[in-house]
Amino acid sequence: MTPAETLVRQRRAQAKKVRQFVTPEGVDLELKIASSGLRLGALIVDMMLIVGALIVFTLLVIWLGIASRSDIMVSIWMLGGFLLRNFWFIGFELGQRAATPGKRLMGIRVVARDGGRLTADAVVARNLIRELELFLPLTMISVGAAEDMVGAWTALFGLAWALTLSLFLFFNRDRMRMGDLIAGTWVVMATRARLDRDIAAGEAAQAILFDDAELAVYGIYELQELERVLRTSDARTMREVADTIRAKIGRPVAEEDDVFLISYYRQLKARLERGLLFGKRREDKYASD
Amino acid sequence: MTPPDTSAAGRTSAATPAFSTERFRAEREADWIAFDALLTRLEKKGARGLSSDELLQLPSLYRATLSSLSIARATSLDKALLDHLEALSMRGYFLIYGVRQSRLGRLGRFLLHDWPAAVRALWKETLVVAAVLLLGVLTSWALVASQPDWYFHFIPEGISGGRDPRASVEYLQSTLGHGKAPAGEEEGALHVFATYLFTHNSRVSIMAFALGFAFGVPTLILEYYQGLSLGAMLALFTSKGLGVDFGGWLFIHGTTELFAAVLAGAAGLRIGTAVVFPGAMGRLEAAAAAGRTAGKVMVGVIVMLLAAGLLEGFGRQLITDTLVRYGIGTLMLLFWLGYYYLPRKAAAA
Repeated sequence: MTPAETLVRQRRAQAKKVRQFVTPEGVDLELKIASSGLRLGALIVDMMLIVGALIVFTLLVIWLGIASRSDIMVSIWMLGGFLLRNFWFIGFELGQRAATPGKRLMGIRVVARDGGRLTADAVVARNLIRELELFLPLTMISVGAAEDMVGAWTALFGLAWALTLSLFLFFNRDRMRMGDLIAGTWVVMATRARLDRDIAAGEAAQAILFDDAELAVYGIYELQELERVLRTSDARTMREVADTIRAKIGRPVAEEDDVFLISYYRQLKARLERGLLFGKRREDKYASD
Repeated sequence: MTPPDTSAAGRTSAATPAFSTERFRAEREADWIAFDALLTRLEKKGARGLSSDELLQLPSLYRATLSSLSIARATSLDKALLDHLEALSMRGYFLIYGVRQSRLGRLGRFLLHDWPAAVRALWKETLVVAAVLLLGVLTSWALVASQPDWYFHFIPEGISGGRDPRASVEYLQSTLGHGKAPAGEEEGALHVFATYLFTHNSRVSIMAFALGFAFGVPTLILEYYQGLSLGAMLALFTSKGLGVDFGGWLFIHGTTELFAAVLAGAAGLRIGTAVVFPGAMGRLEAAAAAGRTAGKVMVGVIVMLLAAGLLEGFGRQLITDTLVRYGIGTLMLLFWLGYYYLPRKAAAA
């Protein structure tokens, strides 16, 4: 496979995850569906937090129970455990950010599929189904382990059936859980991006002048990769990138790497943006200029 | 927001173009920063964290950001800027269009309108599930009444706790809370018992609901099964001449609990039927619409089960008079029926 094809394939895979989401003002927010890996990560974080909270809660109840010498603590413990397990997800997803701590950490959130607001009933529905997806396979496994009630085969079939429900996420393009399907929701990326400084602004822009032929070798993809390198500003990467560009456009090593890269970036950006204004969008170096 | 600097545009020469992304950013950056700051405070403290001036600013800053996003997408290649504007617009959209009511207002609306309306919308399913439950009761009743050995098929010995056809009338009576209680410590731990019943029943109901999307079949089986064990118990106690007492023992919380179980089943069935018969909508939308109605009903079911658990754990153990038990049970049933089905004015949307 040629590098050009790899790039096209990558871009197509990314485009598959983008969903149109037009606000009433007519702007497409281009939501991106969260990957199954992030979802699993969020679930694991949440489960760990729930277990942690449960342990703390248990210790507290034991301590209070010993102090107060009454068994009311037993029912408080049972009720608390029940509420924690069932309402952890519901409570957090009803909040302003529509995400549990695990989801926040992964930078994802729940969104109503039709673009409307996320209602409480949708959140409740999507999380009550979780009981089925998460705990039914576990029950099946424990039934299989007990084995005296039903045969191992029955348990295995039960587990397979339960797992098809749990793994429903993998069988659809939108990465919807069974609960998402029923509640009419999606889980999408909601990463926060800091407003970074404008590296194209400033005075030193014209330190080195490149002619048009030297700037014509790259497209938008390469420009944005260069931007990433400049923002991370790691000396070794910058050296490698600067050398590659110098080799490509046939310039000797004459300037500091960062000065060279920044001026090349600025002039390439200006050139490509001028193209944009004239309706020309050159995606990468393989596209025609 | 800020009007373009005309004096700068007037001095345009060949070297500095009339439009540059650099200038675009410089002109609008202040708005984005202000919007970001407002959103952060809104997320942390809610609408109360903002003054009325700031609240008025919010929509115009939001629109300014969206318009910046459109322009940036068409003209700028600065990835960091595009990412920031996209993330900011998305946050803004969900905050501004997301919440229209306070939590308390939502709760009030849920109790007064949404909950009963959702239950009313499920009346067909409720009737079907109730019929299935009743069928289960009648089946096991008929079988156990004619052949007491059937009892063991319906209720495993581990669960019955000695309440089976071999038990004496006195023992059975004692399990209903008349005469001496078989276990003295039970009274001390009423609340533990109540809590256990509540959590257990909630799980069963959530299951009945969640299994609904498999075309409702597992839900109906679960309800039928519940009916079977109930009918077997009824037949047993009736055969020993304790039918009325058992009825009272069951009735005090059973009206609430069984009603909740039926509603949970109905909610599951609604999702199942929506998937099979989506009607004019697409299958996905039908499932989503059904899921929302069912979700409301399920919140109600959990509240009902909490009430049933309290009645069962406390009420039943403390009130031993059969007539009072019937009275409370009937009152609860009338309350739920009136709450759900009495006609009322539609709430403003």
